[in-house]
Amino acid sequence: MDVTMRVWRGDETGGEFRDYTLPAHEGEVVLDVIHRLQATQAPDLACRWNCKAGKCGSCSAEINGKPRLMCMTRMDHLPEGPVTVAPMRTFPIIRDLVTDVSFNFEMAKLVPPFAPPPPGPGGYRMQQIDIQRGQEFRKCIECFMCQDVCHVIRDHEENKQYYAGPRLFIRYAELEMHPLDTNDRRELVRQKMGLGMCNITKCCTEVCPEQIKITDNAIIPLKERAVDAAYDPIAWLGRKILRRHKRSPAEAQAVGR
Amino acid sequence: MEIETQRYDVVVIGAGGAGLRAAIEARSRGLKTALVCKSLLGKAHTVMAEGGIAAAMRHVYEEDSWQVHFRDTMRGGKMLNNWRMAQLHAQEAPDRVYELEAWGALFDRTADGRILQRDFGGHRYARLAHVGDRTGLEMIRTLQQKAVASDIDVFMECKILRLLTDGDGQIAGAVGYWRPTGEPVLFVAKAIVLATGGAGKSWKYTSNSWECTGDGHAMALWAGANLIDMEFVQFHPTGMVWPLSVRGLLVTEGVRGDGGVLRNAEGKRFMFDYVAEMFRAETADSEEEADRWYTDHAGARRPPDLLPRDEVARAINAEVKAGRGSPHGGVFLDIASRRSPEYIRRRLPSMYHQFMELAGVDITKEPMEVGPTCHYFMGGVRVDPDTAATAVPGLFAAGEVAGGMHGSNRLGGNSLSDLLVFGRRAGAGASDYAEGRSQVGTVDRAEVDAIVEEAMAPFARSSGENPYALHSDLQETMQSLVGIIRTGSELDTAIEQLDVLRDRASRVAVDGPRRYNPAWNLATDLPAMLTVSRCVALAARERKESRGGHTRDDYPTADPQLGKVNFVLSQPGGDGWSAEIKVAPEPIPEMPADLRALLEESH
Repeated sequence: MDVTMRVWRGDETGGEFRDYTLPAHEGEVVLDVIHRLQATQAPDLACRWNCKAGKCGSCSAEINGKPRLMCMTRMDHLPEGPVTVAPMRTFPIIRDLVTDVSFNFEMAKLVPPFAPPPPGPGGYRMQQIDIQRGQEFRKCIECFMCQDVCHVIRDHEENKQYYAGPRLFIRYAELEMHPLDTNDRRELVRQKMGLGMCNITKCCTEVCPEQIKITDNAIIPLKERAVDAAYDPIAWLGRKILRRHKRSPAEAQAVGR
Repeated sequence: MEIETQRYDVVVIGAGGAGLRAAIEARSRGLKTALVCKSLLGKAHTVMAEGGIAAAMRHVYEEDSWQVHFRDTMRGGKMLNNWRMAQLHAQEAPDRVYELEAWGALFDRTADGRILQRDFGGHRYARLAHVGDRTGLEMIRTLQQKAVASDIDVFMECKILRLLTDGDGQIAGAVGYWRPTGEPVLFVAKAIVLATGGAGKSWKYTSNSWECTGDGHAMALWAGANLIDMEFVQFHPTGMVWPLSVRGLLVTEGVRGDGGVLRNAEGKRFMFDYVAEMFRAETADSEEEADRWYTDHAGARRPPDLLPRDEVARAINAEVKAGRGSPHGGVFLDIASRRSPEYIRRRLPSMYHQFMELAGVDITKEPMEVGPTCHYFMGGVRVDPDTAATAVPGLFAAGEVAGGMHGSNRLGGNSLSDLLVFGRRAGAGASDYAEGRSQVGTVDRAEVDAIVEEAMAPFARSSGENPYALHSDLQETMQSLVGIIRTGSELDTAIEQLDVLRDRASRVAVDGPRRYNPAWNLATDLPAMLTVSRCVALAARERKESRGGHTRDDYPTADPQLGKVNFVLSQPGGDGWSAEIKVAPEPIPEMPADLRALLEESH
């Protein structure tokens, strides 16, 4: 039996889908077939990949129109007929299936760093239950498919300068919920990172290969915290009087001991 | 020809755990630091490490200490380890783990809120700090975020082709090209740290990613450094064997640390039949005792399933050869019948996911099929233990590309700690060197042009060898002739075949544009892969004994005399990558009496 792969070929000046037919092999994933294409019919077909085990998040592509990891998409789980493989649409094309994802790395540079108090002897003390949520967010493999599918930037290049996107929102949420962190980023995410532009359609959650509940567990709580910090009059007054923000180093230290 | 030129105090090549840690160290000293990587930041092979970071933090077992960790490491390496590296590693690993936590890592916790530690093969006590079975991801992300916050200049998707030395032999720079554009780039530096990882991609069944092509091993050799212990290649005992397309993919040792056992086709726990004399006193001799050990380390001895990796890999190989293997040529790894589905999903989430998605196997209900897979290079660039300096002044090496730390076999969990301990030391060593150097070295422009020209040559040939076919043939050679069990005659054949492959590699032709062209990228990886493969075969032919990750069918036992030497590789003929490689035995460094006493303590 043969399979037909309809692969996007081109660069930033334009391109087209090209059909390739090759024999099907048992148990293969889309990335295997792309590799066989490179070795036989299209040696210069560009694609990113590294681990081929769903752990590095390099081989994101739009398979039959949906963002997927090529290495974790079994050919025999796709419907019969040609398999369409296209690059992620939200990012500029470099060539074929490879896109310029530097937007995500630039946004990551703007995150104010983790700021814990100094550790006591033998490290910090934190309870498993208090870090569980942060661990969920840290499962992120930076495949950037949540960014790809997010409609705030998918067809609105102009929004990219005001919007960090779901990948970065889980990073902000992780730091916000970290028991030891003392850096307050709530105004930053509200005013500069475009948190308010997300209207919680959950497209990001749907495509996450790590099943991180991006919208429910990160974005919505982050919105609540950011809004509380900005508009809750009692919290506002408390901060004015006590001249403090999220958590003082002394409080964080008490958690970590 | 004009070439883009970048000037730095310290250039780190490779952005896995060791490279990131080295760059952070150099930057913390205020030096202008560049981090150059072949992929995007955060995708290096460290991301795939699963089980954990070995460090005697004594959170689970008070009895643990750096001395016991040192002893376990030396015994695991069959005493061939560089004792000083093993000592520094055991002593400094706990601080490096605490440091990661201070940079934002979220490790799994003990009931009293400290970092939890898990059991692993060859480690006497539960010692591995971990996050489920995705510890490597946690480590690389933490270091990546720290590096970004430290204002290190990161150059992604840049392949380095060659190192440059100046007239007096000091390091001067490195030449490479940008993968997205195919344009060449020159880095001029006062010091360079190699952190390029391993070279498993020369084998057919490997847990390694495409990046692991031995670039740093080869570039160091070409620049005049020495390689040691290249015959010792670790075949991880448990890689996936089915479906064929994922054959070699890693199955974490954590499965066995958390209660999984190996069985043959008859359902027998065969590891009890493969306990070497060296480990008999500390290994359980009944299933009952082995099972009791998981909850009572003091009252029972450890299961044979958790022997060091070389022992387990050889045992699996022998069972399959004897016809007691699983349907697809492996053995069974069973945790389903021994632990609850909830426990398995919580402790081993990515293993659950990996088998469910890729093999259609539910590991909470069925056993996994596993077999050995090429995993790790114990051998590498010979370095000074304290500073990570190589024989080339100004060139440093850390992580998998460096040799000596693990001797003839590495214990699981000792790699991530190695990256941190020696990544930091290499960063410090390179910083000291750069600070002591007033000027960067002089780069010979003709040499730079020649390197670029050689790299571009495949485009100029209208016909020639296909790089993919050549790579595939190399993998066949190494898999079948320089695999887990070796013999002299097969190694001779391998070296002959490598000669032919080297010849073919000089005729590789590629088509298409230079920008993001995978055929060309592979063509430029081939010289390093072929050089490193040759080093492995040459050293393996010289070591006429069986020890750790090197097993000779024609010399099946360990030779005490050879236990006192490293085989050292050099390329005195100079620069061409096809020049002859010399192999010479040299005595291993003498261990001080107080450390030797630690090894002799009976346990």
